[in-house]
Amino acid sequence: MRPVIPYVTAALLFGIGVYGVLRRRNAILLLMSVELMLNAVNLILVTADTTVRAALPHTGQVFALFVIVIAAAEVGVGLAIVLQLYRLRATVSVDEVPLERVDA
Amino acid sequence: MTAADVLLLGLGAVAVGAALLVVTTKHLVRAGLYLVVCLGAIAGLYLVLTAELVAWVQVLIYVGAVVVLLLFAVMLTRAPIGASDDLDRPGWPALLVGGGAGLGLSALLIDAFRWTTVDLPEAGTAERLGSAIFGSWVLPFEVLSVLLLAALVGAIVVSRPDIGSDR
Repeated sequence: MRPVIPYVTAALLFGIGVYGVLRRRNAILLLMSVELMLNAVNLILVTADTTVRAALPHTGQVFALFVIVIAAAEVGVGLAIVLQLYRLRATVSVDEVPLERVDA
Repeated sequence: MTAADVLLLGLGAVAVGAALLVVTTKHLVRAGLYLVVCLGAIAGLYLVLTAELVAWVQVLIYVGAVVVLLLFAVMLTRAPIGASDDLDRPGWPALLVGGGAGLGLSALLIDAFRWTTVDLPEAGTAERLGSAIFGSWVLPFEVLSVLLLAALVGAIVVSRPDIGSDR
């Protein structure tokens, strides 16, 4: 097994995720791009786990599981915030989020 | 080129192609469905890399839960049938940074691992991963359970306007 193949796949996925985060204007598409980046990191962790003979076996896979849990929590809170933004502003475009304080 | 290499190449190509479609498509719902393809291909990569439990958790959590949540959010905010033109901002800086990050990391990893070949280790089954989690990584596991609880409470507080403020 050549580890360079999944490593390069993960690097390309991460680059695509960065591109999506910078390019997309819709907050939900932005969250999807963040998921792509998190998956790239998971792929790196799992590949490194099979490639490197560590003192503790399967540590990379355990950390991939932890990252999946954190991603689930992140997407739950993120979507709650996006829905609240939509309720207040009737838009999910991140360009129209007011950065100054708004006294409602 | 062994069979594992061929499988890794094919699944990796599917994952990268679907990811490209996620960040370029003009249809909101289709982006979510391409994300399913991408995450499923990554689960296949995990299986080839002998990470069984991670692959099934990926299918359960990501394909089963996260994508469904994202599609729910698409439906709840705005559900345009067909293409929408206002999804993107101008692309050159994003292309520069994203392409630079992806291709730079790729060059680095190719340089480091070009000629390396490894034998696949024993499979990461639920039994082995369970003994690793509850043997060596109990504390992070417990902290994560607290984090999940905090995220649950936080999502409820954020999404209910009648609690958390004195207005």
